[in-house]
Amino acid sequence: MRQASIIDIISPVMAGPSSSHTAGAVRLGLLARNVYNAKPDKVTFKLYNSYALTGKGHGTDKGLLAGVLGFSVDDERIKNIFDTPEAQSINYEFEFLQDFNRHPNAVDFIFEGGLNFTVSGDSVGAGEILLTKINNFSVNLSGKYNTILLVYDDKPGVISKVTGIIQEDKVNIASLYCDRSGKGKDASMCICIDGDLTKNCLNNLSDLKDMYIVRYIRKLES
Amino acid sequence: MDNINTFRQLYYTCKEKNKAIYEVALDYEASQGEYSEYHVRLQAKKSLDAMKDAIKTGLNCTEPSPSGMSGDDCDKLQKTSAKSILGSTPQKMMKYALATSEQNLRMGRIVACPTAGSCGIVPAVLIAFAEDNNISENEQINALITAGEVGRLVANKMALAGAVGGCQAECGVASAMAAAALTQMRGGSVKQIINAVALALKNILGLTCDPVCGLVEIPCVKRNPFLAIHAVTASELAMADIISKIPIDEVVDAMEQTGQLMSPLLKESSQGGLAKTKTAIALEKNILK
Ligand code: SF4
Repeated sequence: MRQASIIDIISPVMAGPSSSHTAGAVRLGLLARNVYNAKPDKVTFKLYNSYALTGKGHGTDKGLLAGVLGFSVDDERIKNIFDTPEAQSINYEFEFLQDFNRHPNAVDFIFEGGLNFTVSGDSVGAGEILLTKINNFSVNLSGKYNTILLVYDDKPGVISKVTGIIQEDKVNIASLYCDRSGKGKDASMCICIDGDLTKNCLNNLSDLKDMYIVRYIRKLES
Repeated sequence: MDNINTFRQLYYTCKEKNKAIYEVALDYEASQGEYSEYHVRLQAKKSLDAMKDAIKTGLNCTEPSPSGMSGDDCDKLQKTSAKSILGSTPQKMMKYALATSEQNLRMGRIVACPTAGSCGIVPAVLIAFAEDNNISENEQINALITAGEVGRLVANKMALAGAVGGCQAECGVASAMAAAALTQMRGGSVKQIINAVALALKNILGLTCDPVCGLVEIPCVKRNPFLAIHAVTASELAMADIISKIPIDEVVDAMEQTGQLMSPLLKESSQGGLAKTKTAIALEKNILK
């Protein structure tokens, strides 16, 4: 684990009242927005457990929506987010649920539009977050690294082709996480990198055979 | 630069290099490669400015929190006709702590220092003292970095979260950080600063986290002025060269162990303590509808 820095202790500047239930919610929304990477027609937010029970009092619903709309954690408009023109320009809905198989602070974002996407995540404490699922694939996204998400047909040799292309950009792979829905079916890869990837490299990845989804998910500002 | 993971290592590095805590802390951050001195100072300035804004806004606001349970305590303290027996600076600290915490509940901008629930303690002590004693902005930044270093060393041992260590890990640590910042601004020695931290932490061991209705509100808001004054007490004793018989690193170990032994019912789950009192249950029925 990365050691704490003084900066972690004396920040962030944020809209209150709770780092896990407000700032964490905004950050989950921001990262889910980076994953979806388009303007949705509609977003349904499913809040679970503590997020569902104490979410209203902590502005969790406002934070999640603000994040999806691209507001930063210290934006004072979060308080009145429902009245902003940004919020009025999309359709959204909240559901409040209990499911003890889920994390105490769990949320699903269901994006509808040109593409339909479901993104799930947890607020794990002190404003830190983790996206755990994108559609049917488990992922492991903390928003601390620039990350490449790939969904592809599960065939031998894909991983080495992908890492080869990334190597050409001379960036270092910090972690690599794979999952698949079944042997020979769809598979997913989450590659966290140090530094930044070029457009060219992303194009080369998209050009690989059997790639369905290529997403470059930018890290969150701390 | 050698690792600094304990207060002991911090103390000996300061002694050896004849430097203040904030100087060694800045050197250390820079040696870790992620944040330069410039970067840390910039964030400290940004945080300090946001703290001052929150105080200013909070002092002039009586808007209730979304739950309706709080929001006018700072105003009451400002209007009280009772003569303070503490004197003006400590009373100002209490006002500033309430102002910040109430702003937090109103979804205003605050600085999580170290957490949102404990956001009023460090700014109250630091800024009220600085105002009343003509402390320059640069010295305030040094004091905030000193506080940050204290928080960092505790966070090395245990997560600063009520769900993990109870409120000792949030408001308790904030109070120890505030004691360090205050002792730094008063010209205390490295030894006195570290003792202020030890005394503050030692005397909040066991503080539980049992927020009513699961909201960062009761007891959190009023706990902020209490623990601001707690920091003053620690600094006063330490400046008189009163020593914590248990060294600070062992106090932190004790705090971590106390956090582990604390029942999960008393660690941010709102299933025990104040959260399960008759009144709290009645409030819950009203609010969480
Ligand atoms: S009681 Fe719990 S929620 Fe409130 S400030 Fe303390 S640790 Fe945070």
